[in-house]
Amino acid sequence: MDRIKASTLTGAEIVIRCLQEEGVEFVFGYPGGAVLHIYDELFKQDKVKHVLVRHEQGAVHAADGYSRSSHKVGVALVTSGPGVTNAVTGIATAYMDSIPMVVITGQVPTHAIGLDAFQECDTVGITRPVVKHNMLVKDVNDLAGAMKKAFHIATTGRPGPVVVDIPKDVTAATCEFHYPETVSLRSYNPVRKGHAGQIKKAVQLLLEAERPMVYTGGGVVLSNSSSQLIDLVRSLGFPCTSTLMGLGAYPGTDKQFLGMLGMHGTYEANMAMQHCDVLLAIGARFDDRVIGDPAHFAQNPRKIIHIDIDPSSISKRVKVDVPIVGNIPDVLEELLKLISSAKTERKSIDAWWKQIGEWRAKDCLRYDRKSAIIKPQFVLEKLYEVTKGEAFVTSDVGQHQMWAAQFYKFNEPRRWINSGGLGTMGFGLPAAMGVQLANRGATVACVTGESSIQMCLQELSTCKQYRLPIKIVNLNNRYMGMVRQWQEFFHGNRYSESYMDALPDFVKLAEGYGHRGVLIDKPADVEPALKEAFSRKSELVFLDFITDQKENVYPMVPGGKGITEMILYEDL
Amino acid sequence: MSRHIISVLVENEAGALSRISGLFSARGYNIETLTVAPTEDASMSRMTIVTTGSEDVVEQITKQLNKLIEVVKVIDLSEAEHIERELMLIKVRAGQKEREDMKRMADIFRGRIIDVSDNTYTIELTGTGNKLDAFIQALEPGSIIETVRTGASGIGRGSRVLRV
Repeated sequence: MDRIKASTLTGAEIVIRCLQEEGVEFVFGYPGGAVLHIYDELFKQDKVKHVLVRHEQGAVHAADGYSRSSHKVGVALVTSGPGVTNAVTGIATAYMDSIPMVVITGQVPTHAIGLDAFQECDTVGITRPVVKHNMLVKDVNDLAGAMKKAFHIATTGRPGPVVVDIPKDVTAATCEFHYPETVSLRSYNPVRKGHAGQIKKAVQLLLEAERPMVYTGGGVVLSNSSSQLIDLVRSLGFPCTSTLMGLGAYPGTDKQFLGMLGMHGTYEANMAMQHCDVLLAIGARFDDRVIGDPAHFAQNPRKIIHIDIDPSSISKRVKVDVPIVGNIPDVLEELLKLISSAKTERKSIDAWWKQIGEWRAKDCLRYDRKSAIIKPQFVLEKLYEVTKGEAFVTSDVGQHQMWAAQFYKFNEPRRWINSGGLGTMGFGLPAAMGVQLANRGATVACVTGESSIQMCLQELSTCKQYRLPIKIVNLNNRYMGMVRQWQEFFHGNRYSESYMDALPDFVKLAEGYGHRGVLIDKPADVEPALKEAFSRKSELVFLDFITDQKENVYPMVPGGKGITEMILYEDL
Repeated sequence: MSRHIISVLVENEAGALSRISGLFSARGYNIETLTVAPTEDASMSRMTIVTTGSEDVVEQITKQLNKLIEVVKVIDLSEAEHIERELMLIKVRAGQKEREDMKRMADIFRGRIIDVSDNTYTIELTGTGNKLDAFIQALEPGSIIETVRTGASGIGRGSRVLRV
């Protein structure tokens, strides 16, 4: 009798026990009525630590940053109604970038569902289009199984966020607790191994290529296949480019790396992408910001090999010749094995490298280094130097994000944390909190702008509470820079609502939250200010750089154009 | 653009239908008809979706459907030999004047009169969508009071089966 009693738990206890079983270290959240039982159980234990944010969007972004920088599952906990709707931006952000995450949401009691109860919303309905999966648990007996399923689905196949919606009465109800060791779903069995015949075809194409190109994306980072990628690219001797999401998977300082491609990619990467004869795409999805107009991209004949865990990513925007559905590291290992044992005479690609060298000579990331006003690119170059390229860098969305991607040469995966798919302003600071918690003692910089930072500014308070010594690099040009740039290029210099008047004094603001704030408005002060800030290991420093208002990101492929139709610095 | 008839086996769980219909609206795919009911195994439902789209779009539809966690299996029935049937209930005017003609028309289309009142017949008709259309076309427009159609259900011919 006692034994049965001992294993009979409330729903709230079950939630916490499941988190413990999954080895969850941090839960990012915000309490409220529907989750009070769960918070009560959190209070009674100290294995799972709770991080109290200031807004639910921040909780989900923080869980997201935690996951991206550590390869662990991010976990967020929010209440029903507004707790959920506030979290939706964070969930959608994670969904677009395929981040494994479990979001536990409180719901009104089962008997009140559908009656427009206080703080009720249709969580499963609202989140459905932005989750990998979601479920409403109406019976406490199903709770442990649902939690196990959530972690399983979030982390396997193409990862993504899973929402578990738990009505308040379910967290109070009791049942016997048993945490399943495995899950088996007849409707969900992600593949691992790639098709052997397709892999053979791929090898043949790669060995016969005269103008080969490797194009990698976030999938390489998510599947931890950086080392396999490096081995493959080096053994082939091919040029390699990466999407915004894949940066760091292949070392940014390596001579075979051509830089990022796409709308703000390098000249050499975009030219090589367009003119290659064999393209090996790995964990990337040919999206609009990467290849621009697919019809333009299709003008040049080339054979495309595409490796991805998600069949729906293959031949979605671009027709592929050799699709390989599988887990990237497994497929890359197979490819490597076959390539190293292949007897085929390889074609020389010297002419191709020579051509790439000519494209590189354009020096497309040039900017005015003699400027008396601080150039944003200069700040990022100095940030790279001062942090020796070893920092975790989060960013918000806009010009600063693109400059960070261009000028910070990431040599390791999971160091570059940004919202690529959804493009969520406000992501950077809360994401940095998750990164810092996952990597205590590491250097974490949040590159942002005066517009983006204000979208989740309240989290400065969370940073204080948990002593997170993030360095905020604010590129303050008083404009929504990327909006301004598009208005300059495509809307006749009509800067409609992209100028921000009445900005706060960021130094005082940082001080108000108990941090250090520094204003830098001269190029000569950039490096000393960064050095000084990064030497403060235990303090958050808000660096407010007053930068050139009119600086643009180059190269730029206008929306809907082909990737070689770039606007370059010298064109203007 | 061509017509495709897609059969989906899906876990019989709350919300599965809205997940599928939501996928179609979110990605801008067409749905002409959608029917769903449990199979002989009550834990699973079978859905028949009639859609139109280019080959590329239909390929994406089947891939996206497969990606949904609750979807067990998907096939495009129209890729090979298959049978499809739709049921229509149609209420028509059948006063003294029209009664005989209407009965004959139903017989021609192998419909069955399943409800009779002083002034109306309700006819049950099964067939392909085209046959049901033809029946409607054959009637005087003013004679139709009400129609309700189920949308197509489909099944592969011979050894072609969709099961777990």
